Amino acid sequence: MDPVRASARDIARAVNAREISAVEIAETMIPHVASVDEHLGAYLTLTPDLMREHARRVDARIAAGESLPLAGVPAAIKDNMCLLGTRTTCASKILEHWIAPYTGTAVARLLDAGALPIGKTNMDEFAMGSSGENSALGKTKNPYDLDRVPGGSSAGSASAVGGFAATISTGSDTGGSIREPAAFCNVVGFKPTYGRVSRYGLIAFASSLDQIGPFARSVEDVAMTYDAMGGHDPMDATSVDMPFETTAGHLREDLRGVRVGIVKEFATSDLAPDVAAAYEKAYADLAALGAELVEVELPTAKYGLSTYYLIAPAECSSNLARFDGVRYGLRVDGADVGEMYEKTRAAGFGPEVKRRILIGTYALSSGYYDAYYVKAQKARTRIADDFRRAFAKCDVIASPAASSPAFAFNAKSDPYSMYLMDYYTIPVSLAGLPSLSIPCGSALPEGGSRPMPLGLQLASPLFSERALLGYAHAYERATQHAAKLAPVQVVTS
Amino acid sequence: MTTTVSLREKYEAVIGIECHVELKTTSKMFCGCPNEFGGAPNTKVCPVCLALPGALPVPNAKAIELMIAAGLAFDAEIPAFSKFDRKNYFYPDMPKDYQISQFDMPITQGGVVNYWLADGEKKSCRLTRIHLEEDTGKSTHAGSGDGRIAGSTYSLVDFNRAGVPLMECVGEPDIRSADEAVGYLEALKRTFVELGVSDVKMEEGSLRCDANVSVRLRGAPEYGTKAEIKNMNSFRSVHDAIESEIDRQIAVIEGGGRVVQETRGWDEAAGVTHSMRSKEQAHDYRYFPEPDLVPLELDRAVIERIRATMPPVPFERFERYTETFGISVKQTTQLVDNPPLAGYFDRVVAIAGSPSVALNFVLGDLSRLANESGTPVAGGKVTPEALAELIALVDAKTINSKIAKDVIARLWANGGSAMAIVEAEGLSQVSDPGAIAQFVDDVLAANAEGVTQFKAGKENVLKFLVGQVMKTSRGKANPELVEALLREKIAAS
Repeated sequence: MDPVRASARDIARAVNAREISAVEIAETMIPHVASVDEHLGAYLTLTPDLMREHARRVDARIAAGESLPLAGVPAAIKDNMCLLGTRTTCASKILEHWIAPYTGTAVARLLDAGALPIGKTNMDEFAMGSSGENSALGKTKNPYDLDRVPGGSSAGSASAVGGFAATISTGSDTGGSIREPAAFCNVVGFKPTYGRVSRYGLIAFASSLDQIGPFARSVEDVAMTYDAMGGHDPMDATSVDMPFETTAGHLREDLRGVRVGIVKEFATSDLAPDVAAAYEKAYADLAALGAELVEVELPTAKYGLSTYYLIAPAECSSNLARFDGVRYGLRVDGADVGEMYEKTRAAGFGPEVKRRILIGTYALSSGYYDAYYVKAQKARTRIADDFRRAFAKCDVIASPAASSPAFAFNAKSDPYSMYLMDYYTIPVSLAGLPSLSIPCGSALPEGGSRPMPLGLQLASPLFSERALLGYAHAYERATQHAAKLAPVQVVTS
Repeated sequence: MTTTVSLREKYEAVIGIECHVELKTTSKMFCGCPNEFGGAPNTKVCPVCLALPGALPVPNAKAIELMIAAGLAFDAEIPAFSKFDRKNYFYPDMPKDYQISQFDMPITQGGVVNYWLADGEKKSCRLTRIHLEEDTGKSTHAGSGDGRIAGSTYSLVDFNRAGVPLMECVGEPDIRSADEAVGYLEALKRTFVELGVSDVKMEEGSLRCDANVSVRLRGAPEYGTKAEIKNMNSFRSVHDAIESEIDRQIAVIEGGGRVVQETRGWDEAAGVTHSMRSKEQAHDYRYFPEPDLVPLELDRAVIERIRATMPPVPFERFERYTETFGISVKQTTQLVDNPPLAGYFDRVVAIAGSPSVALNFVLGDLSRLANESGTPVAGGKVTPEALAELIALVDAKTINSKIAKDVIARLWANGGSAMAIVEAEGLSQVSDPGAIAQFVDDVLAANAEGVTQFKAGKENVLKFLVGQVMKTSRGKANPELVEALLREKIAAS
């Protein structure tokens, strides 16, 4: 077994069966990742010592008779998740040297399930961005074309898995930050229902939208990772206290009897011709698996972007206030405490973060609150209602995960064109629904020489993770799109 | 500055009090850290109350129950639905740079605080609301020599208090004098102590209050411009600060000036208030619903359970003691200010009736014994049942009050039943005229001079003679019979 290319399922099976040790896997992965990452830039911090320590612990537990669902599976962790003793930066200068003094719940559960931490992955600063380019600490590249972006904000987590520099990884998704980079990097990325995975230890961007989810190269690996991380956590008051349905053992092979909603307002004519053709083919493949395609309407989905860009900045303007130079992180001295705040935050935050803090502060200000924040909350409710109505007619909604395949670095210079990348994912986030992106073919991007991966977004009703991953598995098994593309040579060699 | 009486009659003061009261919970409001006063700086902290990146609040259920009890005590409305909001502003001892508080849907709304003045006059002040929030840390300014921020070169922050549950009681401007303000505060304090809601120790900061003071021409329909008075650290200073501020405002108006809306600090040493900041510099707190917490749905059954287990509120006792029992305001206050003692008294009266006899024992002999021994009455060996029995023995004239004093001392020392002591020691009062006549004859024979003096008009000699008979009978003779027999025999001699 090649630990670099093997699935999480196969690694865990082999380690539990003691055919290979977790330490052997770690010793293979550590030099491999170090070398590949010179090209990818997926990681901000590599944690080889910690990986070895966990590998030894996993081997000892297995020797003691335990069976671990993710035994020896190499995992990358997005750098907005706290891991005790490890630098946790949010790819921001303000936290560049901050060492987390505790481990967040989702990461702790992943490691307890036997996963081995390879390192912390690059991202758009504070998870704000759709290309990875907003990182203040590094440039992550797309493993399928190093001149193109990996997507964002979970840039490094998608790039590492797509580029075989991790078997699984964690991402966080606020408006599409798992699904869009998954689509760009030819991997499966899954955002569970809001409240399914604890946010304790996830550095907040927009609290009412942030949700942790996994990346992997197969639906089954995604399901295993989600099963390990999910479930109620008393440390997160928004984590739902209801029975947790595992998913990995409930994947299905066909789509007979499943009604797939195709959204009237998301016409493929809005897309580039070969991108549109790929999605038309994907919908036809779903039907070929036995699904009934039905047209559904989401008339308010077009207000998703403007709604999101009021609610998310409003919450972030408050969430990011704590980075003030008083207790931790960057401090730039000033004549008094007010000047210290100003200088610290001016030096510590990048332009996109500042833009959103300003938008959010404005939206919450006295005199504007009702016109902006309250109205956006009402729109959010209407969008969620639209989905509820649509799900009366269908079991799952299929759409593009992103508006285009991965674009070149510096191609989206104005913020609004970048925001448009998340046109299809944001309404789903506002409704809190579980959704994922799964490879569904490829298209030659504008100015590109290599076909780049595309992702199909599937979204289903609240708390229907088991059904959703089942549909995705049936589609993956029938189409095998991920295997049709290979990363660039320097990554695979 | 002292305003003449006539000016005080020309003007009327209008006062509203806002109190912050720390709740007596075991742990802090949103984390498991201990809620205790003092300790070495930054030893009662965790990721949550330090606002480390990624940490999340989880509400303390006990604090919410205490809040509900506080509201019920003042007949406030407890809405079925409540929520937390963020109050955003930067301050170095507020770790998140926002405070979790309640804006438009507090846990309790309305209500009335009934209280009384030193002369027994009953008053009331409406409550606007009581809401729940979290306390801040404490800053110490160093380098200036006097602890003031001006001239200091650095500041130290202690977060032990950060996150302690804090209830803010907002009163309507129904108070008209400094005495009423103190009466109102005493009522809050008594009630919160009685309910176990708070220690209410101003010296430890578990009660802090601000007073909004304005004056207007007596009879004027409109309120005058108010000043908010801060930095008052005892009920005495609240009284003095309000007195001083009323005088200041009257002097400003009489001098042709206008009162400015501002915050003023009470300078205890100088006995005046001084301007701190004017309202133009007021913050825009950008309140919005706290997205890290779900709204509170308060179950009616839980509210009724809390109501059923609540002790009587002090004002209820005040009315019962003064109006039904006819106890003086001073003694009532003495009892009500000592809830365990008042509870003890209530139990004795419930069994024995005779509130005035019970009061004499409780505030007299028992309180003296308690003071001497350092054991509180309610924690001593004299059970309410034993005292009730003793009172019944006195009422039935089985023992006289002098013997009762001996019995109570024995009960205090050893516990047990009053009846058993009386029987075992043969302390029953002697009311047989034949037996008493023998004692009287003996005393008259030995005090011929006293008899002569009495006959000469020295009425008080009789008391001495009664005392002699009581002594001879070892206290058991019925003193009324003794006196009657003495008069009879002297007259006959």
